[in-house]
Amino acid sequence: MEGLSARAAFAAGVRDELPVVAGVVPFGMIYGALAVAAGMPPALAQAASAIVFAGSAQFLTAQLVGNGAPAAVIVASAAVVNLRHLLYSASVAPYLRPLRTLWRWGLAYLLTDEAYAVAITRFRAQPTRLPALRRHWYLLGAGLTLWAGWQASTAVGVLFGARVPESWGLDFALPLTFIALTVPTIRHRTEVAAAAAAGTVAVAAAGMPLKLGLLLGTVAGIAAGVFTRRYSASRMRSARETT
Amino acid sequence: MTLWLTVLAIGAATYGLRVAFLARSTAGPLPVLLGETLRFVPVAVLSAIIFPALVQPGGVLDLSTGNARLPAGLLAALDAWRTRNALATVGAGMAALWALQAVLR
Repeated sequence: MEGLSARAAFAAGVRDELPVVAGVVPFGMIYGALAVAAGMPPALAQAASAIVFAGSAQFLTAQLVGNGAPAAVIVASAAVVNLRHLLYSASVAPYLRPLRTLWRWGLAYLLTDEAYAVAITRFRAQPTRLPALRRHWYLLGAGLTLWAGWQASTAVGVLFGARVPESWGLDFALPLTFIALTVPTIRHRTEVAAAAAAGTVAVAAAGMPLKLGLLLGTVAGIAAGVFTRRYSASRMRSARETT
Repeated sequence: MTLWLTVLAIGAATYGLRVAFLARSTAGPLPVLLGETLRFVPVAVLSAIIFPALVQPGGVLDLSTGNARLPAGLLAALDAWRTRNALATVGAGMAALWALQAVLR
């Protein structure tokens, strides 16, 4: 990529992101339909795709708006869901550090799960300090492609959503979406522990006011994951020392 | 109006998280414990949403056979684990829900 012109790097980003967009479009449509069904004004459901531009947080917002959760709880929950973006930010920072402020601040807006995943794969394929950096053009191409796909698919969902009868149980697509996102990330027993603890506590605390069960479950899940990881790491160390 | 402010606040928080390490060109690496904690955030949050949606569909615990969402969700989880295809998972779960509801009715 280092030898590429800005335009070619941008085009490469667009090209690499397109298959991902094909997978994201159905979810944009489901989001749009669900958000309207949950009682969000159509204009707001659409605007959220540009203002927030983070699928899982938008799904969560739609669900909590439908449940009548207070604004502070919705904001806190969505912020917690998006904490993972800190990881992305830290992870791409070494590659984008030489850029001017405007580029860094602009690209941060496009740092979604899907654009990050595509871009970091490309970035890592080559050393950091090569000359003629075009990485920012690549990320811009990937990010804008995803952005356009997300806005357009939201619009289709918003238009279509008002016409879906309630008996279809479309709201169930929401937990199903989350299942589809979560299950493939569970590869290790630490993640199983995090999922089990989070789910159990959330169920046990479901009666709590202000929908606080979600946050409580999340904290329990993170604690269980970190604890299991530390515990198995120290056990592995002591096993190595005794043998 | 409150809803609009809510969405604006979520957008600001999300952008803040995304720009955190890009805002200045001198930002250091992520502290180890923070990185370790963040790793578990997605699986924890999403599980905290999924479990109640499957076992407490009406707001109260329902493990009876009348609750079609639990078996449909489990089937979807199995599908997600096997196919790793998000759309197939949602499709399988919805199909299972409709089939079970038709049988139970």
